[in-house]
Amino acid sequence: MLKYIMKRLLIMVVTLWIIVTLTFVLMVSIPGSPLNEERGTTEQVQKNLESFYNLDKPYYVQYLLYIKSIATFDFGPSIKQPDRTVNDLLGNGFPISFELGMWTIIVAVISGIILGIIAALRHNGIVDYLAMTIAVLGISIPNFVLATLLIQQLAVNHPIFPPATWSSPMHMVLPIIALATGPMAIIARLTRSTMLEVLTQDYIKMARAKGLNPWKIIFKHALKNALMPVVTIMGTLLAGILTGTFVIEKIFAIPGMGRYFVESINQRDYPVIMGTTVFYSAFLIFALFLVDIAYGILDPRIKLHKKAGE
Amino acid sequence: MEKILTVDNLHVTFKTYGGTVQAVRGVHFDLYKGETLAIVGESGCGKSVTSNAIMRLIPNPPGKITQGRIIFKNKDLTRLSEKNMRKIRGVDISMIFQDPMTALNPTLTIESQLIEGLRQHKKNISHRAARQKALDIMKLVGISNPEERMKQYPHQFSGGMRQRIVIAIALICEPDLLIADEPTTALDVTIQAQILELFEKIQKVTGVAIILITHDLGVVAKIADRIAVMYAGKIIEVGTKREIFYHSEHPYTKGLLQSVPRLDLKGESLTPIDGTPPDLFSPPSGCPFAARCPYAMEVCDKAYPAQTALTGTHQVDCWLQDERAKKLLAHTTTI
Repeated sequence: MLKYIMKRLLIMVVTLWIIVTLTFVLMVSIPGSPLNEERGTTEQVQKNLESFYNLDKPYYVQYLLYIKSIATFDFGPSIKQPDRTVNDLLGNGFPISFELGMWTIIVAVISGIILGIIAALRHNGIVDYLAMTIAVLGISIPNFVLATLLIQQLAVNHPIFPPATWSSPMHMVLPIIALATGPMAIIARLTRSTMLEVLTQDYIKMARAKGLNPWKIIFKHALKNALMPVVTIMGTLLAGILTGTFVIEKIFAIPGMGRYFVESINQRDYPVIMGTTVFYSAFLIFALFLVDIAYGILDPRIKLHKKAGE
Repeated sequence: MEKILTVDNLHVTFKTYGGTVQAVRGVHFDLYKGETLAIVGESGCGKSVTSNAIMRLIPNPPGKITQGRIIFKNKDLTRLSEKNMRKIRGVDISMIFQDPMTALNPTLTIESQLIEGLRQHKKNISHRAARQKALDIMKLVGISNPEERMKQYPHQFSGGMRQRIVIAIALICEPDLLIADEPTTALDVTIQAQILELFEKIQKVTGVAIILITHDLGVVAKIADRIAVMYAGKIIEVGTKREIFYHSEHPYTKGLLQSVPRLDLKGESLTPIDGTPPDLFSPPSGCPFAARCPYAMEVCDKAYPAQTALTGTHQVDCWLQDERAKKLLAHTTTI
């Protein structure tokens, strides 16, 4: 197990390095520079600025400096907001984005699984059809459309929830619904189909023959097996939720990390781009790692430290 | 001998898109304490459906017990609520499934799967007592090093070992009746013999009555006390092992016994029963075997024969046993 984790950590570092390098190449290949739009500066000031941000150095030096900044986790000051460092921006934005993301995952997983189980148990009944209709709608409607619809209906026409910002639990309801509906629908459909398959297995019949009560059969015997595929797609869903937060944060004016991420690209704020990219990637890679570990815990047949076929 | 189970005129149907299948059509048998009754017959004759009906494990819909009674310890199981039925499953009647590779839950330890039945039915049993019971039963079914093995998962066991565990799970609440649905079919021959010996051993130790569902006459010859032969949803002949193997009267039973490959008849071709079983969507009103029977008479297509008791234990459903048919045969003597 320890050997496996060490190996995975090494692969994670390599993955991160590839992402950083690609981001750097993309970043410098976009025409223009963060200092282009500065008005009213003399040539000397412009030069001093470039030198301060190391933009006058050759690309390979800039690249190495970036790698160094990542290794020390110190991305320096933002170019557009010189009074704040990138670390400050991340430090302010991350807790809010994390809160939004975590609640979204919790809501999506719990409601998705419950919806899936109910649909499977009432297979081909009205409840099943209703749940699956909701699921299809949830998958088909993009979160930004749902977000605007929710604001219009539940904040403007019927002012139940506040339409924007992030200051109380009431403010959190609409963004979480907007972001969680898609993943919830996917989880519900997947849970339903795997649950239906698992319920026909011999060990379920055996559990019934033992005289166990139905709840125990569903939650102890069926659900654990039915959740395998759900855990597998958690990684992908996580990536989806993460990128979803950019848009949702923008729509609901939530002061999270996503805002800086999008703005920094528009403004070519190099340190912020690198900082947010590295941070997001590291977070996602680590989350995927956790998913793999969870998989091994759920299914004892999967031995993480051994290669397949060994 | 004390009767513990009476199945009386049991009918089970399944509704499908193609119509209603009459899987079991009036099965009747008794089971006595401590005996082994084998129910034999070819695939689709209703033997598994009968056993599932006793456990009330027939999925409804599409399946339904439409008629008949299943009397177990003076209770009619067909009338029990699902909740009361749960108090019987696993405690009074246990079941062993055909394929040990799929009958155990891959994500739970053996210990957890062994003990959960015990804890469900005996609420006040302590964890330690339950564990001790599990260890004892593991030893009884012949698993060495049970303390260590209990912590393992099903994939760490071989097929034969898994079937031993399935048997252990079935026995842990000390049932009076064990229904074994083709318990050796999925195992290879050497393991089959070991499992059959295990059945004999546990019956001696616990005195449990066994209903053995199988199509393997070799298995039957080894461990059954009595045999019921099923065909097209009916029991057509029932008797002691000796009566069925040496004095069978029903043409189907005879055909079945003749079709078994024999080592002493090297080079001879097998003797199959010609034809196929009837369609149970619309079963014939007469004897279902009539179309394949070499001795079929006109009456066989018209009406189902009444049961004839040949001895106290040997009964057969066949027109050939009718007095009138016997008189007729005495004149012709062609058979």
